[in-house]
Amino acid sequence: MPMWHTVIGIVGLALVTVVTRSFFLLPERELPLPAWVMQGLRYAPLAALAAVIAPEVLLADGALIATWRDARLFAVAAGTAYFAWQRSILGTILAGTGVLLALRLGLGW
Amino acid sequence: MRDMVGPSLGISAWALVTGVAMVKSGLSVPLAILMNLIVYAGSAQLAALPLIATGAPLWVLWATALCVNLRFVIFSAHWRKYFGHLPRGQRVVLGYFAVDLSYVLFLRRFATAGPAPEQAAYFWGGVAWNWWGWQLPALAGILLADRVPTEWGLGFAGVLALLGLAYSTLSGAKSWVAAGVAACAAVAAFSLPLRLNIVVAIAAGVALGMLLDQRWPDIAEEKS
Repeated sequence: MPMWHTVIGIVGLALVTVVTRSFFLLPERELPLPAWVMQGLRYAPLAALAAVIAPEVLLADGALIATWRDARLFAVAAGTAYFAWQRSILGTILAGTGVLLALRLGLGW
Repeated sequence: MRDMVGPSLGISAWALVTGVAMVKSGLSVPLAILMNLIVYAGSAQLAALPLIATGAPLWVLWATALCVNLRFVIFSAHWRKYFGHLPRGQRVVLGYFAVDLSYVLFLRRFATAGPAPEQAAYFWGGVAWNWWGWQLPALAGILLADRVPTEWGLGFAGVLALLGLAYSTLSGAKSWVAAGVAACAAVAAFSLPLRLNIVVAIAAGVALGMLLDQRWPDIAEEKS
């Protein structure tokens, strides 16, 4: 991506932050929203996260990874196990990154 | 302020990871600093990184960040009950700085909706604490990342952070199904141009979630 393109992208992301964080604070009058819209909004963040995460874990160069010897899989497994156990996001990051580094540096995966 | 100290350790670690991940995904140090200073939304920043790295079109980038940030739209409806009487300029500034932690702590402290005089001090104290607790470690991560070899794959720590966040967002069987469908769709549709697979996956996940809500409205979302 050319540099100016990235800069525009980043400025746009900042605007997204402003608009989402102050969405219902923006109008002068209070906005009523139908309940089903609010319901649907609940699923969007999770769907977006899943959509970004899954290809990062399961694909290599645009194709499904063909080997189980991929450090990412074990890192995700370790992170998942840790979250199931302790419900901690920080622990999930640490456990996953620990396994990732061990496999990358130790076994060269 | 005391309420902030414990959770802000987690925020700072998250910021450090974000800082490293930004640089390791290919952003230059000045761009990473710019992003961190003005976007100021960790999960949206992390979600944006793979899209920037693969040259996704800007609208896909923005739409993804918008979806990740939609929770703030819901929060903002609550903020209005406390700060709706302020002038619009102040409301927008206030909204911009109102991160997840501000919301959680504020609503715990002021459980009954409605303005009260001591709210502003509580809000801005927490916000200032959170801002520094985020920006400094993120900056450290950005500068540190330059010294860590790329082969270590530390950029993946960003994905792991998103993973933890996703797990903590899951509540009940319907959200598992919606997330699973979005994940499968994102992988299956990966060959679509312009990273449209992300858009397809979000649409599929949300549509399915709403469908499940209609069909089985009474399945409780037990907070697991």
